[in-house]
Amino acid sequence: MDGLITVKGRNLGRFLEVLSSKRSIRSLIYACTVIFFFALILLPPILGILLKWNLIGQIFENSSLMSRAMSAIYASFAIALFVSIIDVIAGLPMAWFIWKGKSKWLNALDTLADIPFIVPTVALGYSIWLFWSNETQGISSLFGASLVSPGWLLIILVHFVFSYPAVVRVMVGALFDYKRTYEEASRTLGAAPVTADRTVTFPILKTSFIAAFTLAFARSISETGATVIVAGTFENGPVLINNLKTTQQLGYEGALVFVSFILIAVSCMIFATIMILGPKLKMPVRKVWPVAERKLSSHGLTNLRNTSTLLVFFVLVLIPSLFVALPAIYAILNGTLNEALSSTGIWQGYWQSLSLSYGVAFVATLLNTVAGLPMAILIARKRLGVLPSTILDVLVNIPMIVPSIALGVSLSIFWNNFPFIPEIGLLLFAHLSITYPYFVRSMTAAIERVDMDLEEASKTLGAKPFAVFRTIILPLTKYSLFAGAIMMFTRSVSETGATLAVVTELKTAPVLLVEWVKQIVPASPMEIGLGCGFLIILSFVILLISRGTVRGRY
Amino acid sequence: MPEVRLENVTKKYGKIIAVKNVNLHVHDKEYFSLIGPSGCGKTTLLRLIAGLVQPDEGKIFIENKLVTHIPPEDRGIGFVFQTYALFPHMNAWDNVTYGPRVKAWEEEKRERIGREMLEMVKLYERADAVPKELSGGMMQRVALARALAADAKLLLLDEPLGALDAKIRFDLRYELRKLVKDLGLTAVHVTHDQGEAMAISDRIAVMKKGRILQVDTPQELYMKPQHVFVANFIGESNFLEGYIVETNDKGCVIELRGGVIVNVVNQTRNKGERVVLAVRPETLSIEKGHKKGLNCITGHIERFRFEGTDVRYEVRLKNEDVVVIVRPALMGEWFNEGEKVTACFPTDKSYLFTYPSLGLRSELALE
Ligand SMILES: Nc1ncnc2c1ncn2[C@@H]1O[C@H](COP(=O)(O)OP(=O)(O)O)[C@@H](O)[C@H]1O
Ligand SMILES: [Mg+2]
Repeated sequence: MDGLITVKGRNLGRFLEVLSSKRSIRSLIYACTVIFFFALILLPPILGILLKWNLIGQIFENSSLMSRAMSAIYASFAIALFVSIIDVIAGLPMAWFIWKGKSKWLNALDTLADIPFIVPTVALGYSIWLFWSNETQGISSLFGASLVSPGWLLIILVHFVFSYPAVVRVMVGALFDYKRTYEEASRTLGAAPVTADRTVTFPILKTSFIAAFTLAFARSISETGATVIVAGTFENGPVLINNLKTTQQLGYEGALVFVSFILIAVSCMIFATIMILGPKLKMPVRKVWPVAERKLSSHGLTNLRNTSTLLVFFVLVLIPSLFVALPAIYAILNGTLNEALSSTGIWQGYWQSLSLSYGVAFVATLLNTVAGLPMAILIARKRLGVLPSTILDVLVNIPMIVPSIALGVSLSIFWNNFPFIPEIGLLLFAHLSITYPYFVRSMTAAIERVDMDLEEASKTLGAKPFAVFRTIILPLTKYSLFAGAIMMFTRSVSETGATLAVVTELKTAPVLLVEWVKQIVPASPMEIGLGCGFLIILSFVILLISRGTVRGRY
Repeated sequence: MPEVRLENVTKKYGKIIAVKNVNLHVHDKEYFSLIGPSGCGKTTLLRLIAGLVQPDEGKIFIENKLVTHIPPEDRGIGFVFQTYALFPHMNAWDNVTYGPRVKAWEEEKRERIGREMLEMVKLYERADAVPKELSGGMMQRVALARALAADAKLLLLDEPLGALDAKIRFDLRYELRKLVKDLGLTAVHVTHDQGEAMAISDRIAVMKKGRILQVDTPQELYMKPQHVFVANFIGESNFLEGYIVETNDKGCVIELRGGVIVNVVNQTRNKGERVVLAVRPETLSIEKGHKKGLNCITGHIERFRFEGTDVRYEVRLKNEDVVVIVRPALMGEWFNEGEKVTACFPTDKSYLFTYPSLGLRSELALE
């Protein structure tokens, strides 16, 4: 396939190469990239809220709504903080285990750890709810009563599960980039394994751990789909916004603007603080407890740690995530599958939603790949100078840390000023904003890893800028490019919050499933299970394809 | 008494056998070098001694204690890595006192050792500098100080001078030996630079493809290589193929290509045996014009190179073999390319090797 593209693309390639050697053309491309970013990705999700600023007074006149909003906001941040801490604590030994182990089945474990990431969060939330809360299935059936009823604890469980793979992935990546010699040096100087890890490896990898923490934090703050399903009567920020939006009670718009604004502003502040203070964070490397740390390094305790890591992974993460398979199996047996395949009853809408989801995901992935690549180059190679590039680097993250439902609310307010834009346009814009950071972040990192010398060597051999890109940067980063695209795609398929906020007519698969679970559209447990099952299977196929393509990369 | 013994040690990486059935004895207080072309398993052997990798077969002893299953932190070693591996998040002082800290020595002792070590490598004033503020030579010295501060009696050095400029490398190698000797340490030094190994080692092991070919003092290796590869890798040799045509009580007579006859003494071989004659370029003499004499073969200068201290000739002999001859530049007259000369082989400084079964070329190959 590569060859085909090269042959067909040769003339186009030449043409682009000639164009790329013109400074003005290059500037034009970069200008378009930056305009795309500000006009479509960054500003609408923020400006919308500011446009409705005058409504904010409504909530100050309604003290019960105000106190509801305050406790929801508080719950959001408390849960996010707690979840990201335990995610890092639980994810680190897992990443460690994958890194240190060499056997084949660890590769499988590595793949398994990705599953909760690709399972659309709605399906994930439903699956976890079934596992922990449903009294007739799951482990609760063993006790005859709901073990964890919907509410804050279940939210924490769900958030823990969907952030876990991202945290493990970031840390595994960092560990594989880490030069093992540092650890070895420490060992030869007399440090026990635990001491070596704590005083040398951890501090060197600190920034990656911080990145993992921020990722978990941002995901927890912004997640809507799964949270809505498992929240019960409990409200955090996104759940409150969703409830306000569905009930449309008096003054809800003001509350909406208020909650969205606070969530956005505080998230940005926290994120900025972590970005600034994170690198200055000192780890206690000077104090050593040789006896205790030696004991901790012992075989027995190492095995214990590995076992409990695996136990946590299987019991808290993997099994609950895939538990929805059970009703899906019943569904195959009792004929629901036939109904589904012949798309009768509620299934007609299901298949439409599924196509809509995958269609939007595909278009958003394509557009963002094209628009995100030059942005990644701009940032990684500091083409605009150090300060502007750094600022862009920070701004790119904002759509990711903004709660997705708040982003959706703001976005729809903004674009409603342009009534000629159809709903599908809004849907696409929302998905573009939400997924953009995932791609640009991973591409920026990948391009930064490409040695500048290679680029310069290529230039000294006569390559024009576009040729440098095509022959050096692209081949060396194609795995990250592909991984980034897959990440955008799966993120878009599972996106719920922003979608809920922008659509009234159109229903993507996650939105539809929320309606099924909440019984807004009456659906049986088998039907919900099967609906989730299809989504999971499709996502799993995508995961396998991507793993196959990216194999051997780490 | 840090002596090191390896018994039948083998280490494989998948299909690659990095170290193959190695037996080795490094004596107490010895400066020992491991030398060989890159990829021959030197680093792996050193890491086996350090405990950074485990052997697939065989036993490793340090101070007569079996250490095969003892982790690196308990082997009482100091390791200097090729890339130094200075901890980037610590300054020179914290790097050097890292060993004493993780071993929980008394504060007062830590301070004293840290100071002593940094003063020893003349970097006490730079104690606050982080690695990236130091030059290559300084980083190397900090790495050395760090390895020694943990009270190591056995110092393992993996190409410790490899990343330095030629001049600094030259100075530091003598410092290194002096330090090891002054402190009464045992050192195992890995290098691919034969000059470096010859200059500082008490004994040297020459490795090829995971095996140790010969272990000897630098002089012995140079004077009595036991293997064609060693004759080539330590110093330089001309290799000529031939047969033994006659043996007597003094030595033997070899017939080279084209019926040319050379005598060597002190070498016992069987008549009719196919052999390789190895002659060092600096032991051949060269005379103007075509002369007759024992072991003298006529030819002409094919190439001439001035190399500073030496001049180097490639002489095409009448039998079409080519030999390299090296002479001190400031002694005797120089010859021009094309000039007729006579090359005379020494009788007592040439060695004979049985012709390798896989051929000479593959025996000399570095990989
Ligand atoms: N960690 C490893 N994994 C796989 N192969 C290795 C590893 N370390 C070394 N090797 C292989 O073992 C052989 C010896 O390597 P090494 O000991 O580093 O050689 P040297 O230090 O003499 O250059 C080489 O072929 C190398 O590719
Ligand atoms: Mg090496």
